[in-house]
Amino acid sequence: MKINENLAISESGFLFNPSTGESFTVNPIGAEILELMREGKTEAEISESIIRSYEVDSKTLQKDLHDFSEVLRHHQLLDQYEETKN
Amino acid sequence: MEKKIYERPHIVKLDTGMPGKFGMRNDAPPTTHIDGVSVKELVDKFGSPLFVISEHTIRSTYHKAYKAFSTRYPKVQFAWSYKTNYLPAVCNVFHQEGSWAEVVSGFEYDKALANGVDPGKIIFNGPGKSSAELKKAAENGSLIHIDHLDELYMLTDLAGDMKRKPLVAIRVNMDTGIYPMWDRFGFNYENGQAWDALNKIMLSGKLELAGLHTHIGTFILGANAYGVAASKLADLALGLQQKFNHTIRYIDMGGGFASKNTLKGSYLPGADTNPTFDDYAEAITTALVNSGFKPENLPMLILETGRALIDEAGYIITSILANKRLSTGRRATIIDAGVNLLFTAFWYQHPVTPAQGFSQYREENTIYGPLCMNIDCVRESINLPLLNKGDKLVIHYTGAYNLTQWMQFITLRPNVVMIDPDGMVHLIRQNESIDTVCTPENTPQYLQGVK
Repeated sequence: MKINENLAISESGFLFNPSTGESFTVNPIGAEILELMREGKTEAEISESIIRSYEVDSKTLQKDLHDFSEVLRHHQLLDQYEETKN
Repeated sequence: MEKKIYERPHIVKLDTGMPGKFGMRNDAPPTTHIDGVSVKELVDKFGSPLFVISEHTIRSTYHKAYKAFSTRYPKVQFAWSYKTNYLPAVCNVFHQEGSWAEVVSGFEYDKALANGVDPGKIIFNGPGKSSAELKKAAENGSLIHIDHLDELYMLTDLAGDMKRKPLVAIRVNMDTGIYPMWDRFGFNYENGQAWDALNKIMLSGKLELAGLHTHIGTFILGANAYGVAASKLADLALGLQQKFNHTIRYIDMGGGFASKNTLKGSYLPGADTNPTFDDYAEAITTALVNSGFKPENLPMLILETGRALIDEAGYIITSILANKRLSTGRRATIIDAGVNLLFTAFWYQHPVTPAQGFSQYREENTIYGPLCMNIDCVRESINLPLLNKGDKLVIHYTGAYNLTQWMQFITLRPNVVMIDPDGMVHLIRQNESIDTVCTPENTPQYLQGVK
């Protein structure tokens, strides 16, 4: 799961997709996850990193991460090439 | 290292349309305390869901309403509408403030007596009074508001055997310029039914006509309708004076004042747009003082407003059971209080606030209750923070009708507490157990012990 490399993400959570011209706002934990995805981390590595720094259990995080990635897919923010490989 | 508070990851597309005149803030400040008592502590002690009544809010709302009328009219009397909320603790706050009781059934009548209300200060309304109930109320000297001719004849018959004349008023329905016109209660003004009933009462000689009553509708958003109604009742009263030289003691304007709740389909919040007590008081008292009553004969003005006096004093604290997405991708939140407890969710967009602080991120939600019924929807659309399972919400303006129209349906009803003005919490109705439901049930012998 990798995000589209063209995305511009600001520190304040503003996200711009130059291919579509669409803008988004993402909360801090969402931005952190996007950054980890950009670095090419696997889902397990992302979970581990979030659980290390946030008060959350793995089941809740797994549910929310799945939901988050579905929303990213819906907005076409995931890497198309990676997506077709899957 | 201390871990950070978790909030689920959230991304939303920015979609800025043209600003509209109905643009509103969509953030809801958290309700962490009710009357200084922590919501978390209330839930820890009394469970979730939990009804909470603020005694301070009841009293201050009553004072506002009383002041609005008493500064404009010399003789004002409120009568607490039992059907709106007949928990004894709630009724007795109103009775302590000076309210009479307004009841609409034998059951409510007995509740008022059990609360210690002087029978002479009980108004008995309603279309379904039995002969035994009428007899009891009449002998006790309560004020009986006659709804139809069958009741008038029944009471006239009963009066023959009584030592005291029953004290009565008639209920009058009328066109006040609003839609819908409620014509199911009482006798119509425009077609002459009301005047006919008054003549029958006066000529029977068996009943003592004490007043005139109307109940023009519910959640009336135009205060002027009450002015029209008061003028028409005054007209009937002056007719009685002229024809029979009979002076009535009171005019009862019934209930129907809107609370601060927002009706479904409204653009703006009810708290900002609904008429105030001053608006209603101005319309009613202006009509009465400008009518033909001589100053010494001004009748007492009785008000049976229920909803507007209690809605804001009621809260439901509820817990998030789950959040999920619907087929459209829309966020849905499931809470442990449904329409079984919140009957008024069918009419209102109740304000809902989180009971704990959150970040500024919001998501549009549909809030469902816990019932396995498709109709169990508390809010079709509301912006809420990113809630997690177990988080608490506070539903506002729930004091009217929910504690009388709630249903023992699918699940049991929860505790109800009242917070007194000193911040002490009192359990005023115990939560139900399976015995509450099963004790009155009876299973025939041959159907017992089915395996």
